[in-house]
Amino acid sequence: MKPPLFDYLAPVSVEEAIAARARYQSSALLAGGQSLIPALNFRISHPEAVIDLKGIESLRGVELQGSEIVIGAMARHREVELDEAIFKANPLIRETLGHVAHIVIRNRGTVVGSLAHGDAAAEMPALFLATGGSVTARGPGGSREIAAGELYRFHLTTSLEPDELVTEARIPALPARTGWSFQEFARRRGDYALAGVCALITLEASGACQGARLSACGIASTPVRLVKAEEVLTGTSLETETVNEAGRAACAHVTAPDDNQTTSAFRKQLVQTLVTRTITRALARARARL
Amino acid sequence: MTGRSAEAPSAEASERSSDPRLLLRLTVNGAEIEREVSPRLLLSDFLRHELGLTGTHVGCEQGVCGCCTVMIDGRAARSCLALAVQADGATIRTIEDVASADGTLHPIQQAFQECHGLQCGFCTPGFIMGVLSHFEEARMPDLSEDGIREMLSGNLCRCTGYQHIVAAVRRAARLMNLDGPEKG
Ligand SMILES: Cc1cc2nc3c(=O)[nH]c(=O)nc-3n(C[C@H](O)[C@H](O)[C@H](O)COP(=O)(O)OP(=O)(O)OC[C@H]3O[C@@H](n4cnc5c(N)ncnc54)[C@H](O)[C@@H]3O)c2cc1C
Ligand code: FES
Ligand code: FES
Repeated sequence: MKPPLFDYLAPVSVEEAIAARARYQSSALLAGGQSLIPALNFRISHPEAVIDLKGIESLRGVELQGSEIVIGAMARHREVELDEAIFKANPLIRETLGHVAHIVIRNRGTVVGSLAHGDAAAEMPALFLATGGSVTARGPGGSREIAAGELYRFHLTTSLEPDELVTEARIPALPARTGWSFQEFARRRGDYALAGVCALITLEASGACQGARLSACGIASTPVRLVKAEEVLTGTSLETETVNEAGRAACAHVTAPDDNQTTSAFRKQLVQTLVTRTITRALARARARL
Repeated sequence: MTGRSAEAPSAEASERSSDPRLLLRLTVNGAEIEREVSPRLLLSDFLRHELGLTGTHVGCEQGVCGCCTVMIDGRAARSCLALAVQADGATIRTIEDVASADGTLHPIQQAFQECHGLQCGFCTPGFIMGVLSHFEEARMPDLSEDGIREMLSGNLCRCTGYQHIVAAVRRAARLMNLDGPEKG
């Protein structure tokens, strides 16, 4: 199908974009368009105005600032994925982005667009939760920080106000003695996953588990931290049996009902397997960094 | 008219009474183009209906099939997931620009022909543009079976079963000397 009628604006500054938003009852920000334009084509979305962010210079690029990776609102998935400095600072980002859609979609889609869109099955919001990132949201009243844990309310629903614009997202660099892994199961390459799991395991110098941060996508109405599995791991020496127990504990976070893609029971099985696999992989990587 | 749907607009959409026109300036296959377009016109429809470049095919209009793939500023992109107005100031390359002016096929096209990488051909322009962009981006394309399948994973083909397309990509890399000096 074709998009409905709308006004199109291409502001050149964030202030102009926010002022434009305030003039319309309903407006949509256009970043990479890889979620918005399908929604327009399907007529699921019919904003009065589409505000294209492509002309706003200050929203471009991705860079490492100290121990934080700062991702501008117009930085494309593929640009972030291929950036060597970002890969060195936090290799989990490239590993996760490799599962987001296809290269051609990643050439256009943006990381911040994905975080703001808030699809419960999307990979980057799960990474965002596990790493403990944050976004800066700018609105008519000024700027505010929103921590990853405060952003997601429901599938495609965030705590962003309708007149706000995310200018950048920040993701911490990988901490010392930490291993990482993202793995998912999708029926076809590039599809949104039936379930995906992100794991960060931090070891003490002795090799015991200092802390674990685990998250998942595709299993609930938002991306979720798998705190029940994290609790099982912290303070242990991460024996195989402990890792398996964490996998079983993670199943409690699966709240997605049976749907047209699969059953809740199968998702639980997937999460259990993915949790044990990602912990095992992250652990091996953490040990290699000790 | 291009970009106008026959169906009744929804209640929300009916608030918009007029279809604005915006001036669009861009370069398509080396030619500088200036047109007035509706903001809701998709780039795929602009290329096909306004410029007559019907080599860019349209299958799904939701980003899934890949047959509308073109290059926007040197990178493969879905033309069905871009508004024409987003391409203002951009350089677009379509399948029509891939073979030489005298009709000599590009090595990727030649490889598709030699390896039977197409049957009906509906998907082929999308595959060619995707592979072309990938070969131009990657210093060392991953030519393992997995690497090639990853490269092609964003494009659907209902005819070939993909085996011959994978072979065509490998052959194209060979013809373009992208497969390393000693392999053969
Ligand atoms: C075939 C296909 C397969 C896909 N598969 C996957 C997949 O497996 N996993 C996955 O995660 N994604 C997938 N995607 C979606 C893709 O990753 C999108 O790029 C991403 O979800 C949205 O980014 P965008 O820049 O394209 O955003 P847009 O489409 O431009 O915008 C999406 C939404 O976010 C809002 N928004 C954008 N930028 C901002 C901002 N700065 N501040 C506030 N709001 C903003 C918009 O208003 C809009 O509502 C797929 C897309 C397609 C077409
Ligand atoms: S028509 Fe664009 S991806 Fe199918
Ligand atoms: S050759 Fe017919 S769809 Fe690919």
